[in-house]
Parts: sequence; C-alpha cells; structure tokens
Amino acid sequence: MRLEPRSTRSAAATILWPAGAILATLFFSSVLVMIAGASPFTVFYLVFKGAAGSPFALVETLTRATPLIFTGLAVAVAFRARLWNIGAEAQLYLGGVMTVVLGTGAVTIPSGGLIPLIMVAAMLTGALTLLGPAILKTRFGVDEVVTTLLLNFIVLLFVSMLLEGPLKDPMGLGWPQSKRVIAEAQLPRLIQGKRLHFGFVLAIASAAVVWVIMKKTVLGYEMRAVGHNAEAARFAGIPVNRVIAKTALLSGGLAALAGFSEVAGLKGNLTLDLSPGYGYTGIVVAMLALLNPLGVIAAAIFVAGIFVGADAMSRSANVPSYIAQVMVATSLLTMVAAIMLMRYRVRWR
Amino acid sequence: MNAADSPEAEIVLRLSGITKRFGALVANDAISLSLRRGEVVALLGENGAGKTTLMNILFGHYTADEGQIEAFGEALAPGDPNAALAAGIGMVHQHFTLADQMTVLENIVLGTRSLWSFNLGTAAARDRIRALASDYGLEVEPDRMIADLSVGERQRVEILKALYRQARILILDEPTAVLTPMETEALFVTLKKLVAAGLSVIFISHKLGEVQSVSDRVVVLRGGKLAGERKTADATRRELAELMVGGQLPVNQVGPASPGAILFELRGISTRTMGGAALANVSMQLRGGEITGLAGISGNGQAALAALISGTREAREGDIVVHGESAGKWSPRSALDRGLGRIPEDRHATGMIGDMSVAENVISEAYRSPRFSRMGFLDWKAASAFASDIIKAYDVKCPSPDAIVRLLSGGNMQKLILGRALDGNPDIILASQPTRGLDVGAVAYVHARLIEARDRGAAVLLISEDLDEIQTLSDRILVIHRGRLSKPSARGEMSIMELGELMAGHGLDEGASDAA
Repeated sequence: MRLEPRSTRSAAATILWPAGAILATLFFSSVLVMIAGASPFTVFYLVFKGAAGSPFALVETLTRATPLIFTGLAVAVAFRARLWNIGAEAQLYLGGVMTVVLGTGAVTIPSGGLIPLIMVAAMLTGALTLLGPAILKTRFGVDEVVTTLLLNFIVLLFVSMLLEGPLKDPMGLGWPQSKRVIAEAQLPRLIQGKRLHFGFVLAIASAAVVWVIMKKTVLGYEMRAVGHNAEAARFAGIPVNRVIAKTALLSGGLAALAGFSEVAGLKGNLTLDLSPGYGYTGIVVAMLALLNPLGVIAAAIFVAGIFVGADAMSRSANVPSYIAQVMVATSLLTMVAAIMLMRYRVRWR
Repeated sequence: MNAADSPEAEIVLRLSGITKRFGALVANDAISLSLRRGEVVALLGENGAGKTTLMNILFGHYTADEGQIEAFGEALAPGDPNAALAAGIGMVHQHFTLADQMTVLENIVLGTRSLWSFNLGTAAARDRIRALASDYGLEVEPDRMIADLSVGERQRVEILKALYRQARILILDEPTAVLTPMETEALFVTLKKLVAAGLSVIFISHKLGEVQSVSDRVVVLRGGKLAGERKTADATRRELAELMVGGQLPVNQVGPASPGAILFELRGISTRTMGGAALANVSMQLRGGEITGLAGISGNGQAALAALISGTREAREGDIVVHGESAGKWSPRSALDRGLGRIPEDRHATGMIGDMSVAENVISEAYRSPRFSRMGFLDWKAASAFASDIIKAYDVKCPSPDAIVRLLSGGNMQKLILGRALDGNPDIILASQPTRGLDVGAVAYVHARLIEARDRGAAVLLISEDLDEIQTLSDRILVIHRGRLSKPSARGEMSIMELGELMAGHGLDEGASDAA
C-alpha cells in the first residue's frame, strides 16, 4: 500500500470526505451500541431528538455549543499557523479566573463598561498564557505540544488553589467555588427563562471576525503563509516568530472567551468543573471544520448536539451517555483519516 | 569497441511497452528498450522526460500500469526491489543511500547477511571488496567511515555495493551531477572496465557531452515517450539535442559586459557550520552590469553564502556593504528593502508556498507595501492583477492567479519566482541554482532574463554547480571550496579542467579568499 499525493481537489470532495467520516463514526459507534444491547437506529434517532427534536433541546445544544465555538476557533487559528495549541483548556480556565477577579465586585461600573472590560481582560489573560509556550518554541525550539498540554494541568491545580484560597466564596459552605459575579457583569439571556445567553452571539461574531482576519487581512495572510511553509515565509521576509506570537495571542484570547462566556453567561461563578474538556473538544471541532472559522460554528453545534442528545438518549434507551465521548473521539480519528484521503490517493498493489 | 557492437550479443534486459500514469500525467508512455551484455546505454532526456520514473519501475520502486520487464530471459516480478536485486540489477541513485556513521565495509555488507548469522564475515568481505576495488579502479579503504569520504568516494562505495551483490546490470542515475570533471573521468574509466568484464550499464543523464563519451547507444526520452534511439558513434551532438528538446535549440547571445560601480560587497564574512561547509573569511565584490559566477561542488559553502546574502542566515564575522554603505543587521526584510532580487536554490522548500495560490505567492515579498495592503487589509484585486502581469510577462503556464502553486511545473514555478524577484528592477540579483531541474526551454528563458538584468546594469551573482552554465553566463568566475573563495578569473581565462582543479581544492591557498 502506498500514498500518492492528489494533484487536484474537487469542491465535492471537501464535502464528501467529511460526510464519509461522520458516517464511519456512526458505524463504529453502532457496534458499541449493539454491545450495549440497543438498536443503533433507535439510539441515533433518540440522540438526534434529544439534540434538536424540540425548541428546548435545540436551545440546550446551542448553549453547549457556545464554549466549543470559542475553543474551536482558538484551535483553528493556531493550527492554521502550525502552532499546536493543545492548551485551550488552560486558557479557558484563566479566562474564567479573570472574569471572577473583576466581576465579583472588585470593579463596580455599569454593564456597558464592565462587560467589555472583563472581556478584554479575560482575553489578555488567555493570550499571555499561550504567549509563553510560543516564545519557548520560537526562541529555544521547545515543542509547544508538550508545554501547552502540561500547562493545562498546572493551570487546573492553580485554579484549584485559588478556589481553596483567595477566590474562595466565604458563603460557599466550604465548597471550592468562587463568589458569584455581580449582576452588572452577567451576560443577558437571549430567551427569557432559557439558558441560552449572549455568549452565543459573541461566539458567532468571533467566528465572523476570525474569518475576516484569515481571509482579508495581512495578519491572516502571514499566519497561513507561516503555517504552510515557514521556511519560504521567512525567506520572503515575513517575520515568522512575530507572526507565531501574534497567532498565540489571538488563539489564547479566543479560548479565554470560552471561560468568560461560561462564567458570565451561564454558571455565574467559577468552579473546578467549569469545563468538561471544552479545550480538548475544541481540537475535534476545529478538525471537523477543516480549520475553517465558519465551519467551526457548524462543527461545534454538531459536537454539542451529540453530547446533549446522548444525555437525553441514555435516560430512555439505557445506553450509557459515555457513547457521546466515544462518538466525538471517533469522529476526530475518522476526520483525520478523511483529511489524509482528501490529500492522498491510496494505491494498493 | 566491445561485445555490444555485435548485434547478436545476448540481450540481458528487455523493457516492453512500459506505461506509468500519475493521475492525468503519463510519465512513461509505452516505452520499450533493451540492453545487451557488455553495453553502455545512455538514457538521455530533460528533467521530467520520464527517465527516473522508468528506472524506478525497473528497480521495483514503482509498479508499471502496463508492460513487462525481462531480465536475463526471465520475467521480473513488478514492484519488488528485492526481485530486481536478485536478478542482478544494481542501482546507484542520484542521492546516496549510505549510513554516514558506518564504515564502507559495513555499508556494503548491510542487507547481504541473514539476520540469524552471528558474524558479518568481515575478513572475507574485506578481501572481496579490495579485489573488486582494484579490478575496477574503485579505490576506497573498506574501514573508513562514510562521513569522512568525499562525494566521489561515496559514489564508488555505492557502485561497490552493487558489484558486491553480484549485479550484472548497473543503473546510474545522473552520476556525474555531484562530481568534479576529474572524478567524472575516473568514473568513465571504471565504467569501461565494467563493460569489458561483461556487465551492462544504463547511464541516465541530460548532459550530451558525457553521453557521447561514455555510451555505445543512446535512448532519448521526451515527455514520457521514446523520442529516438541512436548508435552513439552515428549520432551528432546536434541531432541528439534536437531529439531531446523536440525542435530547434534556443540559443542565448551573451554580449560583452560593461562593468560599472561596485554595488554589493562582502567583507571578511565567516559563518557557523550548519549543514554544508561554513564560510571562512569570504570577501567578494559585485559590479553593476556584470554576472559573477560562483562555481563549486555541491556542499562547499554555496548554500551558506546564498542564505547569508538572502538574509536567512547571520554572519559570525564580517560586513555586508550595499551601495558603499555598511548594511548593519541583515535579514530577508533588509535585503529586500535595499533592492536585492533573490532567487533561492530550492523553489519548493524556500521559493514558493506550494499550498497557496499564485497571487498569494507573488506578493509574499511586497505584501506590506501600500501597493498590496492598506490598514492591515490586503488588496486581493491588486495581488491578482500583479499575478496576471507576471503570468503574462514571464509566459507562465497556469490557469489563473488563483491556481495552487504546487500543481505547476518546476519551470513555471521558477518563472513566478523570477517575476517576483525581478519586479521593480532590482540592481543586485542573487540567483542560486536558478535552472536546476528545468527543461532546456525554461533554462534558456531564465538565462535570457539574467542577461537582460545584467545589460540594464544590475549586479548578478550566479551560484551554480553546472559548469557549462557558469562558463556561458559569467563575465567573472569565482570558485568556492570548503567555504573559501578563489581569485576571480575573467570570462574564458580558465579551461574547464583548470576550474575543476580549483573546485577540487587544488591551488586554493589560505590567503586566496582575502585577495578575491
């Protein structure tokens, strides 16, 4: 068996291969579903119904998709420039930390000023978090996969320390949680009485902004050039290290917005279970979207739908909701395979 | 001169109707050829004519879509290098496949002993290698480390490796590309001894002179098809050239130079070692209206020099002087800002970004200028228009400015690089291996553009491993050996053999660099 590079790539192939990846994912997961003693068709129907079968389900899916859009964008931006940011989880948590530092009463100004202030501060925190590994990479050649991944654990322990110490809510009955953000710092709900909040709008807007950056601006051009061929970019006079640093700032900032939006829009305070791995799932989202910022929206809704739908399904079909994690993880693997098959033709001899 | 002259000599290898397609490209189209015992067949063709593909099929690296191969009367299993080895076919690749940190002996024996045998049979192997070496003029000490050998010696090890495995058919892929003229002569002597001993050789080349001096028969490929077959003795150089190109050869007229002021200068430059030789106290001056050719064998510091002038590599010591002013800190950006046009050695790795479009690639050196961007936003219309201009002015064959560069041929890619580098008429031009891997038409085109730049007063530094190219284009020639420069010589002052001596490091004394 050997791989030969494809000389052309049709528009249909960019749709068909990812679609094939999703079909393959459903196929592999149905094996597990059958082992669990249920019919795959029933289960997938229930997952779909649980994710999009009612207005309530749909709103829940979009709520869950919100942080995934942010982390998916963070990863897509970084991967485009070949900066392997595996640390969106850490950037997300530190964005959440900054939100409670500023939003729980330390600053008291009206919403119109406070929310943008917190947003910018949270973005800066996340941006600086990724700048460290980026500088280690460009200065000393330290692999950013290792540094960003390990920073996740360091940051999580740091947050745990904060929640047991300086940020601990004195009224929290001893639970490791922060105080709640004040009303002026809360993002408004989009629908009365539903969990969907303004963070979703911010996420969509961010995707649009990132799309414009990648397509239309000098920075986006530089990032793509560095990502596709750093040596040629350097030769042409593109300041490669500076571009990587800027990419890190943008990516880290976007990931931190996920933490900001979860705390200020949904949870109201910071706890150690702010994110069930949104930072890591962002990698899946970005890959499913083929790193396209607008595709990230669809991919995030798809992945969120699987999680939300699987919760609903497990209640009625008696298949553990862990199937959602299996499906999401499998979809990453099949998608990576599909991306390869888009670029190469497999020859069997 | 030997058995090959008699038509009834045994046919040892027969390729019939070999066809190989890569997607829409037909790399080999129904090619048939035969090789007799004791014969040297030259496989002549331009880059991309299908020579290497054909040999890779023969050696089992690729599987042909159609056609058969017979070696010594028996069909050869397709797609299996081991079958080719077992049938007595040995191949010496253009890029050597030797383990640097092992000895000559170990490299040769590698893969010939069973995994389960406990000793390498070193003593017997050493004797056999010595015997083979002295029989065929392939002197090399079996116990030396590959890393310590010169390129010519490494090539001898590759040939010994094939002979040690009792190859009866030897395929040499562009064997002279890495050799000095003297080493080439020695290789030809070896080849004559090999065929005298009854071996058969396929000699792949695109250099007519070599083909004429070494082969009995010439098979010419063009565009994947068999363009013709001639007895070397009966074929004229011109006839072969036209078979290879498929028409009249383009000829460039190089008029006399009118050197002007010194535009660019290196003063006492030294660099650190980083793959290939480092530069040691290199000084040179480039004058306007003059092409300075830098000759040398691959790996003697050309890459370091090109990277230094391009700005991708820093000097440890020394100054770069542009238009009489010390340039200070030097980078790709400052090189561009001071009006250098740069053609890099490797167009795929350094010159172009393969996965981006033509328009995106041609603006990569100037995208920050107001011509292509405003307030951080790129003007894609201007980029597209610029790409269209280059496509038209440089006769680039590509569907549109949005075409992905990776899909273009090497020649078209090089024209894009030329268009980008020569935009705005730079008065200092660095052309590093500008025609490597290009077909004859594209080579002539690149040469014409360089001469044109010279004639309008630009200082051109041409770095090339192709001595013909250097001699044709250069008004002044420098030779680099182990990071040191020879004294410059004027056009026609030195013969190819004298240049060869310099390239091999003879006659380059310690002080020569300073005098340059």
